[in-house]
Amino acid sequence: MHNILESIALALQTFKTHKLRSFLTILGVIIGVSTVIAILSLIEGLNQAVTGQIRSLGSDVIYLTKYSMVRRGPAEIEKIARRRDFTPDDAIAISRLPSVAATAPVIERQWNKLKYHNKESGQISIIGSNQYFSKVSNRTVQSGRDLTESDVAHRRNVGVIGSKVAADLFEEESPIGKELTIRGKRIRIVGVFEEKGAFLGQSMDNFILVPYSFFEKLFPGKTLSIFDRAFSTYSIHIMPRPKKLDSAIDEVRELMRRRRGLTFDKPDDFELNTQEMLLDIYHSITQVGFVAIVAIAAISLIVGGIGIMNIMLVSVAERTREIGIRKAVGASNRNILLQFLFESVVLALIGGIIGIVFGILLAKLISAVSPLKAAVALWMVLLGFGFSAAVGIFFGIYPAHRAAGLNPIEALRYE
Amino acid sequence: MAEKTEKSVVCKGINIHKTYWRGKIEVHALQGVDIEIRRNEYISIMGASGSGKSTLIHILGCLDTPTRGEYYLEEKRVSEFSDDELARIRNQSIGFVFQEFNLLPRLSALENVALPLVYAGKKRIERIKKSRAILEKLGLGERIHHRPNELSGGECQRVAIARALINEPKIIFADEPTGNLDSKTGQEIMAIFDKLVEEGNTLVMVTHDPDIARSARRIIKLKDGRIGDA
Repeated sequence: MHNILESIALALQTFKTHKLRSFLTILGVIIGVSTVIAILSLIEGLNQAVTGQIRSLGSDVIYLTKYSMVRRGPAEIEKIARRRDFTPDDAIAISRLPSVAATAPVIERQWNKLKYHNKESGQISIIGSNQYFSKVSNRTVQSGRDLTESDVAHRRNVGVIGSKVAADLFEEESPIGKELTIRGKRIRIVGVFEEKGAFLGQSMDNFILVPYSFFEKLFPGKTLSIFDRAFSTYSIHIMPRPKKLDSAIDEVRELMRRRRGLTFDKPDDFELNTQEMLLDIYHSITQVGFVAIVAIAAISLIVGGIGIMNIMLVSVAERTREIGIRKAVGASNRNILLQFLFESVVLALIGGIIGIVFGILLAKLISAVSPLKAAVALWMVLLGFGFSAAVGIFFGIYPAHRAAGLNPIEALRYE
Repeated sequence: MAEKTEKSVVCKGINIHKTYWRGKIEVHALQGVDIEIRRNEYISIMGASGSGKSTLIHILGCLDTPTRGEYYLEEKRVSEFSDDELARIRNQSIGFVFQEFNLLPRLSALENVALPLVYAGKKRIERIKKSRAILEKLGLGERIHHRPNELSGGECQRVAIARALINEPKIIFADEPTGNLDSKTGQEIMAIFDKLVEEGNTLVMVTHDPDIARSARRIIKLKDGRIGDA
């Protein structure tokens, strides 16, 4: 056609002539695009949070557990509970492997509340581990000191607390040297970890770390709950030497099979989980959500597109005479086709732009009032554009084709 | 007359038939029309309503195609042209003036006149310059930014004539150009036509008004889809 800018100007003029009608027409596209943008940016925000969180657990750490962090069928709980528990001795054996840099046995229990004078904390985690816990969980001690080998060896009643516990119980005061009481046993605080922040509204700093040897004194004996036997026993967190993740996995597997007396025909009775596996499972879950979004988007855009097609057919009928005049002075079928196609595309794109802006605002609003954090990416904006342009073309082509095919004489006679 | 025969043929129709359906009735609008128009001719086509004169001028003006017969425009066999080729012919070689003016109501006089230049692919600056010049020539220099509903009937028809002339067509067709005008305004339009022919244009006009028809140098009478006696 003559000039794209002029075609757009022509299309905008039609839009201006019928403001309300045009707006109602593109409402479907606005709703469709804004929904998609809002949901996609929330999913993206969640993705970034989860990925960041998993990465911040410590890079390339292997988690040796009785249960799989990736597959979790409730039917398997009994089988998992029957598996032999890991012991701190397993951790010591693993730490001697050539590809392993640091190993921490970790055991954890939820505790309802801790009291200090008249202040109390909410539910917190009590974690039993060794001097390598901070290394494998990517934490640093902010004040005081970390656990030491000698703390573990002497079953010392010392603890390093998360920053939220420090804030809840001690506020401005320094917690170092203060004592807490759990199950009648006193624990002396020797250090405070640096803050890690919240993940999906859940604080990551609400725990107290004690030597596992002291933890065993604190919670002696086995629990009877099948759930606890499956999930609340020791797990072993292993940090491989740099670039030795795969060989570390192989070495740990071989060692554990030997220590657990598994013959070559028996399957593993333990699981080696890596962050990549956690990310994979997470991504496969969000993939489902993504497909659902695409389906919703498709439906709303089809509805929006039908609205556009309807109004374009009305517009073609109303402007039959105009089409006749344009053809009489030399407009080709192609000129007319493009004129109407431009109109429907411009209409759909205006809807798309409003939808993108609205969707971003919606996402920001949800971020502001909920723990979900939206992350708007350029590709979403481009997707919104692409979708609405495609709707404009797809649903505009039939009305435009009808306009182009009009006979000039019949069109000129039309009243 | 001797001078006229030397001039080249602009268009030529041989045994043109046109049949169309109006609802369930078959209408034989043209039943074998032979016509030849030479350069700088000024022709009136006359006939009662239903004689096929409008159908004929539509076919001559490439707005319609014959059912049967051959039509040549500048030695090109237009009767077999595609839609796109016809569009180009209408744009480049033909100027058409209608009884109802057929201006686009949302465009100014200038924009209406420039419309054929848009489809000719001319640049905006050139379109404005050319359209302004031709409107000034037709005495509408003061009204170029007015819309059709702000112009009188005579002014509208002059805008339409300007539009017909803008691409310097080989031939101009006018279908009842004074049909919607009072007689005084009609005379003004006829004066413009006379001048155009004087300047060397070729003009074919359909009318049922004998007074108007007399302005032309040749009158073709149409009756029941056939050319009758002059």
